[in-house]
Amino acid sequence: MAKIMPKRNLERVGLGVTGACVALVTLVVLALIFMVAQRGLTTFIKDGVDVAGFFTGTKWNLASTGPDGLPATGALPLIVTSFSVTVLSTVLALPVALGSAIFTVEIAPKFGRRVFQPLIELLVGIPSVVFGLIGFHVIVGAVRAIFNVDVGLGILPGSIVLAVMILPTVTTLSIDALRAVPDSYRQGSLALGYTRWQTIWHVVLRSATPSLMTAVILGMTRAFGETLAVRMVIGGIEAMPTSLISSASTITTTLTTSMAVYATGSVQNDALWSLGLLLMGMSLVFIMIIHLIGHKGAKSRG
Amino acid sequence: MMNENNTTTVGSDSQAFSEAVCEARPAHISGVAISDEVVLETRDVNVYYGDHHALHDTSLAFHKGEITALIGPSGCGKSTFLRSLNLMNREIRGCRVEGQIVYRDHDINTRRENLYELRKSIGMVFQQPNPFRKSIRENITFAPKRHGLTDRAALDRLVEESLRGAALWDEVKDKLDESAYALSGGQQQRLCIARTLALNPDVILFDEPCSALDPISTLAIEDLMNQIAQERAIVIVTHNMEQAARVSNRTAFFYMGDMVEYGETDQIFQRPNDARLNDYLTGMFS
Amino acid sequence: MADKNDGAQAARIRRSMRADRIATAVLAAIVGVVMLIVVSMVAYILFQGVGQLVKPGFLTEAARSNGTAGGVAYQLFDSFYLLVITLVISVPISLGGAVYLVEYAPDGPVTRIASTAIETLSSLPSIVVGMFGFLMFSVNFGWGYSLISGAIALTMFNIPILVRVIQQALEDVPSSQRDACLAMGLTRWETTVHVLIPAAMPAIVTGVVLSAGRVFGEAAALLFTSGMSSPARLNFLSLNFASPTCAWNIFRPGESLAVHIYKIYGEGSPEAQSIVWGTAALLMICVLLFNVLSRVAGKAIAKRMTAE
Repeated sequence: MAKIMPKRNLERVGLGVTGACVALVTLVVLALIFMVAQRGLTTFIKDGVDVAGFFTGTKWNLASTGPDGLPATGALPLIVTSFSVTVLSTVLALPVALGSAIFTVEIAPKFGRRVFQPLIELLVGIPSVVFGLIGFHVIVGAVRAIFNVDVGLGILPGSIVLAVMILPTVTTLSIDALRAVPDSYRQGSLALGYTRWQTIWHVVLRSATPSLMTAVILGMTRAFGETLAVRMVIGGIEAMPTSLISSASTITTTLTTSMAVYATGSVQNDALWSLGLLLMGMSLVFIMIIHLIGHKGAKSRG
Repeated sequence: MMNENNTTTVGSDSQAFSEAVCEARPAHISGVAISDEVVLETRDVNVYYGDHHALHDTSLAFHKGEITALIGPSGCGKSTFLRSLNLMNREIRGCRVEGQIVYRDHDINTRRENLYELRKSIGMVFQQPNPFRKSIRENITFAPKRHGLTDRAALDRLVEESLRGAALWDEVKDKLDESAYALSGGQQQRLCIARTLALNPDVILFDEPCSALDPISTLAIEDLMNQIAQERAIVIVTHNMEQAARVSNRTAFFYMGDMVEYGETDQIFQRPNDARLNDYLTGMFS
Repeated sequence: MADKNDGAQAARIRRSMRADRIATAVLAAIVGVVMLIVVSMVAYILFQGVGQLVKPGFLTEAARSNGTAGGVAYQLFDSFYLLVITLVISVPISLGGAVYLVEYAPDGPVTRIASTAIETLSSLPSIVVGMFGFLMFSVNFGWGYSLISGAIALTMFNIPILVRVIQQALEDVPSSQRDACLAMGLTRWETTVHVLIPAAMPAIVTGVVLSAGRVFGEAAALLFTSGMSSPARLNFLSLNFASPTCAWNIFRPGESLAVHIYKIYGEGSPEAQSIVWGTAALLMICVLLFNVLSRVAGKAIAKRMTAE
């Protein structure tokens, strides 16, 4: 009896060990948020960059400094490009994802479970550089041939690559959303003489709307933060995009190319951290939207 | 069991029903009190789930050598009360138990109580058979080992004693190292009883132990309860009133969070004082 | 009059049935296209890369000329080494965190903050995690471009995925198992270690291996943490863990296969191009293997558990 630890102490050990894990993760996240915010705000507080200018300026050039000794840090072109690829890729992916989800849940559930879902989950596992590589060779080449342009890099190929990348996220979550609709809803509708399609359109999709919106937002979160695949097909010119097939640069791709160039503490580096802060802020906004949807859904269900 | 219909028929005669049940009862159980040695006692116990006051001022005593049945409609607080007796309610978030729970002359409902030691003395058997995904032998030895018993010979003895105590030894003695999940539902439930017996508890709480079992397995479990009750106090929550009448010495009736009536089983079933109990027995509601 | 009504009714039914058939056909077409995209992507990469993959030396030689010639042996090793370090750090922390959230977490602000933090981490772009890793570990801790910085960045990326998988796995164990343990006077800790985790093991293993596949292909978080180059020479026999050429030294820079692809994808030379495709095919095969392994391993463990 003597050699085993008293139960009460053992429980304290368990609580301590597991609590420490959670505390560690929480601390790291808080440290991350704090550090990104601190470095990102330095640009405006210490370096004297104009906040409004950062969000509305259309000239981004870290390489040369202007008469005030500051580089051009108008991030609007990057912000516009980031939102363009996010929205465009979502618009491209949504109908396909929703269509596939409807097919696999409502029309061919067995095929969906056995064949389609494993296949689409495979897509989740494909590394983003591989998406980028295929985009760089296949999609950019196709854009070049179809639109008869020289380069073919830009927002359109970026959005297409992103659309394929977020497709599994949106599809899988949509499938879950549709599966969660109780069968009694369907049977009720079919019993009233509606066809399968009418049932899906008026009953199933409507009652799954909050979850489907969550799926879309999560897809957008992924698209907004995706880096390398976009970097490989978008060109990288940090100017206001003029067309969908001219070279551009998103927030993330600018970070990739410039982060290692400028020393920590320089104004240029701080400006990049401000972009990081913007990215972080956006993902927090996306989380908040998801929470709001969940909250509202819970409320409307009673 | 022959009176099954009566319990659901509104307005049938409670007297006739109860007498029929009492006659069907095995001879060695009297339906009356046979012991005055109190093992476990509650004094004005109240249970809250958050703001919901689930059980009001319940005072009951449980005697060594006796079986006490807790009956009442669903949601009446009988299971909540049972789960307070071994402080299992403390494992539920937001659940609060107030009042005294006295085990062997000592209030256990305190923060200082060593509930790990306590639960060795007050065992519990659940509604669904819930053996571990381990061999039959490990199901028995798991808890004793964790409580510090390491001697192999002693553990082997314990396995045999416990399984014999649960009337399961002859059925499983050749397959002790096979998975407990290979057993039938009734056997699994007896294994769970054996597992509880291995800690040699003073009190065993049964939470509707037969509701997932067929009639034959149910009778086997009831026989078993009669046997193991000889050295312990047993408390059983049941939905099945014939079962309560068959196995118990005393019965407490719960209704809407109140302990309404308590007495010897024969009195409760044959001469109920409270109108609600009478309605319940005659099947006005269930 | 009645005839006319019946006719209109019949026409309406015919119309809606036609709409139903068309919708079904369109949906089937969409699914067909999606499947075609997935299959042709995988096939295209394997087709483009397999020639390079079977070339002698590609898997066994070090890269030369900054990756545009030679093989990818060190990148392959670094990828697996990074993965192992990442799992060694992230699995215990995630396990502990998930157990806390399922078993111990009291209702209240502390728990809410913790789960919000984990959720936040899961939605952060990996480039932000990489920037943080760079500043925190490479600069502030002075570790420079090192495998350990990279592995910690990957850990941050991996932990939310793992915590969610393990949490789900533990919650899926019937609560009657937990009740049985607690009612016999065992602690939650013993319950978790001896009953819940073993019961949840198939799902946990599946989740860990699947997440390993994701970690294996991650590159953005590594660019600024573990760096974009492997040492020119690695000594696998060296046990001098401080030496920059010791393969096992976690403070040396390292380059994963995914980062390697990013580094040289724009190089024009035919040799560099075939190396890129070879690397991509290698990466794909590894990811596919992880995918298959996760299913097989989970099933095998579940089978062994129910058989005993």
